[in-house]
Amino acid sequence: MKRTSLIVFAVVCLIFVLSWVLKAGTIDGDNAIQDAFLVTLASFLTLAIMSFMYKDNAYYKFAEHLFVGVSAAYWMCVGFWSTIVGNLVPRLSEGLSEAFGVPYLGGELDFGFLTLPYPLLYFIPIILGAFLLFRLVPKVGWLSRWPLAFIVGTFAGLNLVRYLRSDFMSQISSTFVPLLVDWHGFGHFFANFSLAADGQFVAMFSNLVIFLGVVCGLIYFFFSKEHTGLFGKASRVGIWILMITFGASFGYTVMGRISLLVGRLTFLFKDWLGIIS
Amino acid sequence: MNIFDKMMSLDRRWVFLFLIVVCVIAYIVPFEVPIIVEPEVRSIFNFIDTLPKGAIMFIPLDYDPGSMAELHPMTWAIVEQCWRKELKVLMTALSQNGPGMADQALRDIADSMLVEKTYNGVTYPPREIINGIDYCFLGYKPYPSMVMLAMGQNFRLPFPLDYYGVPLDSLPMMQGVNNFDDIAGAVNISGTNSTDYWISYAQGRFNFPLAIGVTGVSTAQYYPYLGSGQIFGIMGGMLGAAEYEELADNPGNAKDSMRIQLAAHLVIIGFVIIGNVGYFMNRRQKKRMQREGR
Repeated sequence: MKRTSLIVFAVVCLIFVLSWVLKAGTIDGDNAIQDAFLVTLASFLTLAIMSFMYKDNAYYKFAEHLFVGVSAAYWMCVGFWSTIVGNLVPRLSEGLSEAFGVPYLGGELDFGFLTLPYPLLYFIPIILGAFLLFRLVPKVGWLSRWPLAFIVGTFAGLNLVRYLRSDFMSQISSTFVPLLVDWHGFGHFFANFSLAADGQFVAMFSNLVIFLGVVCGLIYFFFSKEHTGLFGKASRVGIWILMITFGASFGYTVMGRISLLVGRLTFLFKDWLGIIS
Repeated sequence: MNIFDKMMSLDRRWVFLFLIVVCVIAYIVPFEVPIIVEPEVRSIFNFIDTLPKGAIMFIPLDYDPGSMAELHPMTWAIVEQCWRKELKVLMTALSQNGPGMADQALRDIADSMLVEKTYNGVTYPPREIINGIDYCFLGYKPYPSMVMLAMGQNFRLPFPLDYYGVPLDSLPMMQGVNNFDDIAGAVNISGTNSTDYWISYAQGRFNFPLAIGVTGVSTAQYYPYLGSGQIFGIMGGMLGAAEYEELADNPGNAKDSMRIQLAAHLVIIGFVIIGNVGYFMNRRQKKRMQREGR
């Protein structure tokens, strides 16, 4: 480690301790020292992550790796306690339920022609789950393909039906909109002309935009015909429609990122520095 | 290097620094930004507002602390509105890092209910919120799509116990509540792609009224579902949360943050204009030099 880096590290540590002590003095309660440590640590980690905006550095890397490690460990614990202890154990064994301090649910599963006790049925996911771990043992690693095949097959089957309906059929049907909304002739249209958001003109204009947008967007992705003449012009409109969509997404993305910055600023100014209430 | 070259090759660190300075100034100096409420947010508010007392609102919170700044204000405003209207709240957290945060949010909002408050001219007396009677928090289970399909049959299949380890059958609120048929509607507040599953698997299969509150990054991709009627409302990012706070007359972090959003957006637009002016002037200059044979 370079001398400069050591000095910077020492200064950071010094500021951390100083901040911790000052923060502990402002917190009431029995856990003041611990709470002050956690707030100070979170603040320094926030600043460490933000330091990447200047350039990549050791503090950023430390915060990043810490986050990944803690998240992975937390996920594993949540998975164990919520799924294995929360779901499996109460249905598997009375003794195990007692050992983990969860109520035993027991019960039977009635198929009509056959009644099975819960524990018997739940041995299937246990066995498949164990097979997944066999991947760590090369000799029997092939067994892990069975549960994987089950998972992939199940999801493929379910997704096909679900997404076909929600992302394909429903979306197509929602573009079949009437271009003349509540149409009773030109006289009626001009007599009741209004620019209100729920008015006839706006509804017709919106539907026209949807219709043209979909047609021109599809034309842009149709490559079997050269994009010239009227077809080319429609294709140009299509790319404009796409650009407007991307622009809207980008605008929302900027807002999202600024929201994250606001969240961190709130934490730094309110919880750590206590400048604002 | 002329001024236009400099405009185009501005070090990004100056942009960051300027943006942070402006955000901090906007944060410290209070000023109000008018909020215009969109129909897609109003429809969520109206839906909850017109539910009868005792109806169950299902609020799946599928986000983790990373999306807290955007989505927590939505949770706060909606759950508080539900409890002030004496609705019951059923909640899940299908994001791995979410359950602890959701539990904390429930406790904080329950604490805020102990104070008398006036919203939209109506004074609500203080109320003690009791777990199992006013709300039930089911917690986390992996594989959201599978969990949703199982919940469609019976909430007890994926969640035999609630987040606190209590069997669902022993909770007064859950008596006679079996599946999505027994809820009035759902508002999914999500920072993950679980919203896709709520739309495709849960709403698509079990056909209950669903609205969503999502992060700004993913808002635009969910608008088609609003047009197709698969969802009845959408709150997009912090702006959506601010609109909801405005409607609920419950100003919180989102509405407060709108002035920082405004300042930051102006800065970003300013830099976009600077970059574009630099680009076009540079191009014009190069063309002129080519014409003059230099």
